[in-house]
Amino acid sequence: MIDKATKAAQGVFTWLDSRLHIAELWEHTAGHHIPKKSASWFYVFGSLTLLCLVIQLITGTLLAFAYVPSGAEAYTTLQYLTFEQPLGWILRGIHYWGSNFMVAIMLIHMTQVYLFGAYKYPRELTWVSGVLLLVITLGLAFTGQVMRFDEDAYWGIGIGAAIAGRSPGIGEQVVQLMLGGPIIGAETLSRFFSLHVFILPGSILAVIALHLRLVLSKGINEYPEPGVLVNRETYDAHYANILKKDGMPFAPYGIWKDLVAGGIVLMAIVVCALVLGPKGPFGPPDPTQIDANPRPDFYFMWIFAIAALMPDYMETVALLIGPPIGIALLIILPFINNTGEKHWSRRPVALLAVVSLVLSLGLLTWYGITSPWSPDMTGWRSAITPKQFLEHRSPLELQGAIVIQQKQCRNCHAIDGIGSQRGPDLAAVGTRLTAPQLTRQVIQGGGNMPAYGKNLTPYEIDAVVAYMVSLRPNGVPPARDSTLPAVPPSTRQAEKNQASAEGQHGKEG
Amino acid sequence: MSSPETPTDPPTPCACEGSACAPGDAPKSRFKPSRRDFLLAFGVGLNAIAGAMVGIPILGYVLSTFAKKYDLRRIELGPVSKFPEGTTTLASYKNPYSREWDGAMDDIPCWVRRIKGNEFQIFAINCTHLGCPVRWFAESKFFMCPCHGGVYYENGDHAAGPPPRGLYTYEYKVENGELILMGGVMPTLATKNV
Repeated sequence: MIDKATKAAQGVFTWLDSRLHIAELWEHTAGHHIPKKSASWFYVFGSLTLLCLVIQLITGTLLAFAYVPSGAEAYTTLQYLTFEQPLGWILRGIHYWGSNFMVAIMLIHMTQVYLFGAYKYPRELTWVSGVLLLVITLGLAFTGQVMRFDEDAYWGIGIGAAIAGRSPGIGEQVVQLMLGGPIIGAETLSRFFSLHVFILPGSILAVIALHLRLVLSKGINEYPEPGVLVNRETYDAHYANILKKDGMPFAPYGIWKDLVAGGIVLMAIVVCALVLGPKGPFGPPDPTQIDANPRPDFYFMWIFAIAALMPDYMETVALLIGPPIGIALLIILPFINNTGEKHWSRRPVALLAVVSLVLSLGLLTWYGITSPWSPDMTGWRSAITPKQFLEHRSPLELQGAIVIQQKQCRNCHAIDGIGSQRGPDLAAVGTRLTAPQLTRQVIQGGGNMPAYGKNLTPYEIDAVVAYMVSLRPNGVPPARDSTLPAVPPSTRQAEKNQASAEGQHGKEG
Repeated sequence: MSSPETPTDPPTPCACEGSACAPGDAPKSRFKPSRRDFLLAFGVGLNAIAGAMVGIPILGYVLSTFAKKYDLRRIELGPVSKFPEGTTTLASYKNPYSREWDGAMDDIPCWVRRIKGNEFQIFAINCTHLGCPVRWFAESKFFMCPCHGGVYYENGDHAAGPPPRGLYTYEYKVENGELILMGGVMPTLATKNV
């Protein structure tokens, strides 16, 4: 009975195989031989990235069941997907978290490939196609942010247009091409939709086909060993020898680690979607709701940070020329560093490059998330002043505390850590600046502070300065002008002098 | 692939060399392509023309917005009495280039400062740094941007932070007590006349 069934199954397989050539296909794809040592946990990130893409393709296609890429309706359909469509919220969550995982895992994959020297001869094009995949993936990430068509998306496009507008000579035309017209409108969303759903996924599938084809035809990188150098004349024979001596088919013997890691990633995506849910949509894409505080998703936070921290004169160059140069460097890497040592322990410059890139991108991302340079537009009415900064103050000083609150100083300045980090914390400002210095700073501005000279009355300036001089820890004397002779080390005496200096300044002002 | 030579022919490459000459084909004149060569060239040529016929409209379609010139258009903001003297207020207008399916996007905000009488300043909402919406604070008389902390004075001049210039200013005029501005284009550093 069992024999008969086996025979029948064999018959069916033989029939199919003689037509579809499955066995041959298997041998050349999943069953291709890999070096035994390459079946390593370090080598799972490529297939994990691919897994994320598959998740994105499936969930994205399903989200399009309900999503309408129309300026008037996109936001409503997002809300419908999130709150009414059964399980729509979890699909949105999986799509959102899948994109985060995809970008993150792709970057890990790239780092691993770089540190293991896999881009060297004869796998240059595998690396170059991988760089293209990175670019397309980031394109998908940016256009995907726009699909979540809320206020962040609207102003995010505006930021994209502002960057495009800096292109020399053709800025206006590039902006129009990007927006599909002179201003953000329905056509803008439609073209981002077309990019996100047709053009970029189509391109990514085509380049993945090339990438995988190259992985199969040039073989997976052998596990590098220190001291074993890549030589163009001998490498092919060397690799063939490894496969012959120490090779095994990827499936079923090497694939189990990819399967385990894949399962974990898949579960992690779903758990994130379940616990943390999808992102947004936030406020509607209505430009007249100007209380928006646009922030990019995490993969572009570092650009957001660069735009804040870069000196002004470098900005246009950094925003427009920086990314192409970075991509060009990645593309030419395998051609300028084609042979030699593969193992990271013998490539200190490569290691240093990775460490510094990870540190700088990581720090910039962290700064982007906390964005200490962003003023808090509600700080002036929401940031409280702790009691100890108001007690035992003179009426003039209290008046200054009110001015500081009312004139939006708190949009940038924290007091004792409460409020925006844009400007210096004022909690101990009286120990750092003298009354004349504070007066000058308030009137003329400087650094990143606007000049308040025309926007405050002399009386308000007096009050603000008096209050700020009083802002210092108990028992600490006020700041002293270092160009004047030192005052006796009596705190009370010093304060008295300071107070009289203020009084004089007030009269002058 | 080479054609058989006849004694009278010098040993020069045959016209159909490199193409699909079947063995036994009669030798052809040096200058005359084979029928297959001709048909191949004809097929390639035909497709080049057809490709252009498809490609030109496609490129034109995609690049139409690149090449097009969008003029600033006349937009009515309403009676000047809507804007009290000495104040700066948020106004919005319908985008003159709007589409019916624009939704809320066709309402474009701007800041209107009425200095006195018919003397106005109309600022775009977009920060000149990266286009975020700037907010007006009447108490301190500053425009502030929530993104990277750009600050502008009451008259739109750059006061602090990363913006490379002052706020974009629309041209305006007052006709029969109506405030009219020339707008409709998203202002960036490349936009002229703002």
